[in-house]
Amino acid sequence: MDNLLVRAGGWLLLVFLAFVAMVMAVDGGFAVHMGIIMAACLIALLVTVSKADYAAIGRGILKAPADPGKYDDDPIRWGVIATLFWGMAGFAVGLYIALQLAFPVLNLGLEYTTFGRLRPLHTSAVIFAFGGNALIATSFYIVQRTCRARLAFPGLARFVFWGYQLFIVLAATGYLLGITQSKEYAEPEWYVDIWLTIVWVSYAAVFIGTIVKRSEPHIYVANWFFLAFILTVAMLHLVNGLAMPVSLLGAKSYSAFAGVQDALTQWWYGHNAVGFFLTAGFLGMMYYFVPKQAERPVYSYRLSIIHFWSLIFLYIWAGPHHLHYTALPDWAQTLGMVFSIVLWMPSWGGMINGLMTLNGAWDKIRTDPIIRMMVLALAFYGMSTFEGPMMSIKSVNSLSHYTDWTIGHVHSGALGWNGMITFAALYYMVPRLWGRPKLYSLRMVNWHFWLATIGIVLYIASMWVAGIMQGLMWREYGDDGYLVYAFSEVVSAMFPMYLIRAAGGLLYLAGAVVMVYNVWMTIAGHVRDEKPMTETPHDEAADKPLVAVPAE
Amino acid sequence: MNYEALRHFADSWGLLFMAGVFLMLIGWTFRPGAGRSHHEAAHMIFDEDKNDV
Repeated sequence: MDNLLVRAGGWLLLVFLAFVAMVMAVDGGFAVHMGIIMAACLIALLVTVSKADYAAIGRGILKAPADPGKYDDDPIRWGVIATLFWGMAGFAVGLYIALQLAFPVLNLGLEYTTFGRLRPLHTSAVIFAFGGNALIATSFYIVQRTCRARLAFPGLARFVFWGYQLFIVLAATGYLLGITQSKEYAEPEWYVDIWLTIVWVSYAAVFIGTIVKRSEPHIYVANWFFLAFILTVAMLHLVNGLAMPVSLLGAKSYSAFAGVQDALTQWWYGHNAVGFFLTAGFLGMMYYFVPKQAERPVYSYRLSIIHFWSLIFLYIWAGPHHLHYTALPDWAQTLGMVFSIVLWMPSWGGMINGLMTLNGAWDKIRTDPIIRMMVLALAFYGMSTFEGPMMSIKSVNSLSHYTDWTIGHVHSGALGWNGMITFAALYYMVPRLWGRPKLYSLRMVNWHFWLATIGIVLYIASMWVAGIMQGLMWREYGDDGYLVYAFSEVVSAMFPMYLIRAAGGLLYLAGAVVMVYNVWMTIAGHVRDEKPMTETPHDEAADKPLVAVPAE
Repeated sequence: MNYEALRHFADSWGLLFMAGVFLMLIGWTFRPGAGRSHHEAAHMIFDEDKNDV
């Protein structure tokens, strides 16, 4: 009872502090955020008080400890649902801002719904909310199973899940309110950064704690990738987030760095967010789920370790390629370019390792749509890690930078690699997590595969055309030495490509809707009555011995 | 330590150290007997499903 009283009192104190901060806030955005924190603490208070088993406490019965013979899967189940929820939100906002580019009237004339505020909402929703929840859920799933141990610090694991959701809500509402420190993929302001640091350190503690208490002597390679992802993101976030708030009760802060140092720090962060959040973490998923779904060990375990160390040693230097032809010293630009090109090799090593895991089981591509998704994810991992180094070459970059080619490249990686491997991982985990015999429908996975694939192809093809056209039109000089095209002419020339891109986004979103329905029905315990993906032919009439027929 | 000194350290001893560590880590996977432990590690994820829910 004492324990319950302390916890409820603690939440009440936090509610009170958030209320005081809300009232004293120097700007409206900070006040709204403190209001959200107050509401979150109130909900936590309510749950603490209403979920307590008073009868048991009254009779002095201690709560039975969790069954040590079962994995701690509750936070993973929540994570799967959160991944789907934020995925839908992020994809829908993406489609909306794609349409805004084609039809500016969709900005609605409100500051809250302008492209500039919705774009970070989209990027953060898909990377950190969809991708982040998928990473936390799959890392908890994989680390328990490969270590054959329950999650360390179960309370902290739950805090990680809910704390991360609060971070997402604060970040997302902040963008709409215009709260941003204007650093790409690191837009949240100082107080949200501090909150994320607390959540992230707890995440690291749970993950590392589970590895420490493992019963398997070897730490499986997927966990190496997850560990690199967790530790590097912590380091990147801490350095890039260094800032001095103007007021302790206001949202605004100023970066600790200035000018080109700030730019370099930001892109050191930004590119390693790609390298460690969107690559290393998702490779952790790949190295576990691809072998499991294919029922074959990874093609070469040695190659997976070489893949790991090469990524770790190379990725961290590639950031300056985001700052070609800027005030950044020339040698630093060249360094970024060279390391980006070298990075191509381990990336393709990893892709080949994943694809060759299917060696001897290639027929599964025909019969198993989940394997098909994994193969597509690996193919896009290979394509985008080829395209990226190519675009980091200075002469290519002078054409591609600031154009929609970059956007196409990012989406080839994000929709193709991150999206598809996440979908495949979710399809793998859902029946197992909810104790269902199988997915509601494999044919719907197939539909999802094709909708998403066609969507990606439309997206990246239109952005190649748009980007290269844009780059060429910007640099076109006439005989008189003047630029041939006005900026507005370039914008209007891209209209058809914007429409094709939006159509691609719509298909991708439609595929995700099919997935949500499929997962929903699986969790509800239904199995769709459908034709299987493959049938071995059987001719009943011919299934008998040959009897000699006398000649006539 | 000023900028120039740091740069010189980074592109001489620093670079050598990083390259050396990298080569050692890669070389470690080629040590005798590595193949067998890699084989075990790669297969270990297949004897784990016993207490999935």
